[in-house]
Amino acid sequence: MDTMRERFATVATDLLDRDPRTALVLADIGAAKLTEAAAAHPERVLNVGIREQLLIGVTAGLALTGMRPIAHTFASFLIERPFEQVKLDLGHQGVGAVLVSALGSYDWPAGGRTHMAPGDVALLDTLPDWTVHVPGHPDEAETLLRHAVADGDRNVYVRLSEHQNSAARPIEPGRFLTLRRGEAGTVVAVGPMLDAVLAATEGLDVTVLYATSVRPFDAAALRAAGSIDVVLVEPYLAGTSTGEVNRALAEVPHRVLGLGVPREEHRHYGSMEEHLRAYGLDAAGLRQQIVSFLLPRG
Amino acid sequence: MPTTYEDLPDLLSRMTGAEKHGPAATSTLDALWVLYERVLRIAPGRSEDPARDRFLLSKGHGPMAYYAVLAAKGFLPVEWLDGFGGYHSPLGHHPDRLLIPGVEIGSGSLGHGLPLAVGTALGLRAQGLHDPAVWTLIGDAEFDEGSNHEALAYAGAVGLERLHAIVIDNTSATHGWQGGIASRFEAAGWSAVTVDGHDHAALYQAYTLAHPGRPHAVIAQVEPKN
Repeated sequence: MDTMRERFATVATDLLDRDPRTALVLADIGAAKLTEAAAAHPERVLNVGIREQLLIGVTAGLALTGMRPIAHTFASFLIERPFEQVKLDLGHQGVGAVLVSALGSYDWPAGGRTHMAPGDVALLDTLPDWTVHVPGHPDEAETLLRHAVADGDRNVYVRLSEHQNSAARPIEPGRFLTLRRGEAGTVVAVGPMLDAVLAATEGLDVTVLYATSVRPFDAAALRAAGSIDVVLVEPYLAGTSTGEVNRALAEVPHRVLGLGVPREEHRHYGSMEEHLRAYGLDAAGLRQQIVSFLLPRG
Repeated sequence: MPTTYEDLPDLLSRMTGAEKHGPAATSTLDALWVLYERVLRIAPGRSEDPARDRFLLSKGHGPMAYYAVLAAKGFLPVEWLDGFGGYHSPLGHHPDRLLIPGVEIGSGSLGHGLPLAVGTALGLRAQGLHDPAVWTLIGDAEFDEGSNHEALAYAGAVGLERLHAIVIDNTSATHGWQGGIASRFEAAGWSAVTVDGHDHAALYQAYTLAHPGRPHAVIAQVEPKN
């Protein structure tokens, strides 16, 4: 199976071929996978070199001329490094683009902290009107990427990861998918956390919702699940979406536990699996935390 | 409707309430006037025309001269100037493109205009619009921002011919630019020329200098800020 990043290259190439309004802006990262697209569309595949402020400024400038630009690099350099450009060049100017990241929170722990961006979605939460997609499988990434580019002139963030589930689900952009129904509470699994959440909740009387679009947050699906106890399992900063859960359930007394990547820096290299275990995001760690929150006497 | 250079002081005084104006505003007045009067192919009511020239004011600080020129050219009603900075006024101490007709970007935070102008020039080129010129105006201290150097190096390397930068140099950069600002642009492959920022004939000549295959920078020297 291909990775989400590989699928991105395939989909972006196809979109560039089909839609003259699209443009792809790169800052060296990912360029090697897009050489054919660049040869076919030299004026719409733009590699600005290792210049991430310019990456976003150019993307916004393209949007100012009416194009639908896609910008791609690692999350650390796409959202965090040029954050003021994301805020001002896109949002404040009233134009939209599709930002597609790779690596995310813990994809390459051997690379260390410099290549980890668990705060990306929380940072975008400080800005109005961003759509955020977090696919859990390359097929879902393709669906969400195509939807993002076709999504009017909205600002859309698509968060790709090396971490993925074993199977694609029949997702619908913007909607949560109900995978299990139960009485003891609801667990919301975001993107690549699904496999671990399904293993962790095996045999438990809980509802499992699968979220591949987190902004806007599908409050209706959460309310329809009927639980007042909610566990969020997110592949980025723990608690990023607790505010969304609180808003969705504002009218009823409720409890929410936000699980995800801790704020504390883990000064270890190693593998993604080791990091997920260290954060309590593997199946065993999740089961223990979910049970103690939802089923303390179970 | 006021339409001459001589009317600009009156328009400025509607915002400042005085005949004396901030140096940040008056330093750009002549450069902006010559550009709008004689160079830019734009007009009120054409703000959506894809074939228009683009002017991106990056130096959003002290935008009174900009507003005065826009009012003189009929892009905004002269009466708007009176409310400058007020809650209900569309004219803030930094401009907002969504509030002011004919304004291409909101600016104020330094170092955004040149990268946006690069993207705009690329976007026009990608759509086969090879005629419109893209202009941006920055300040010499704004030139400190690294984002400008990212844009400068890239635009020079790819020979973005329809891109133009005006640098208002009132020597306000804390550490200055050794060798002069023009040399930085030239080293990056730009065409660059330095002129007296109050000399209308010199500005016009500099703006209209041929620069085949290269972006073009005009460094407009004005009196030092301090």
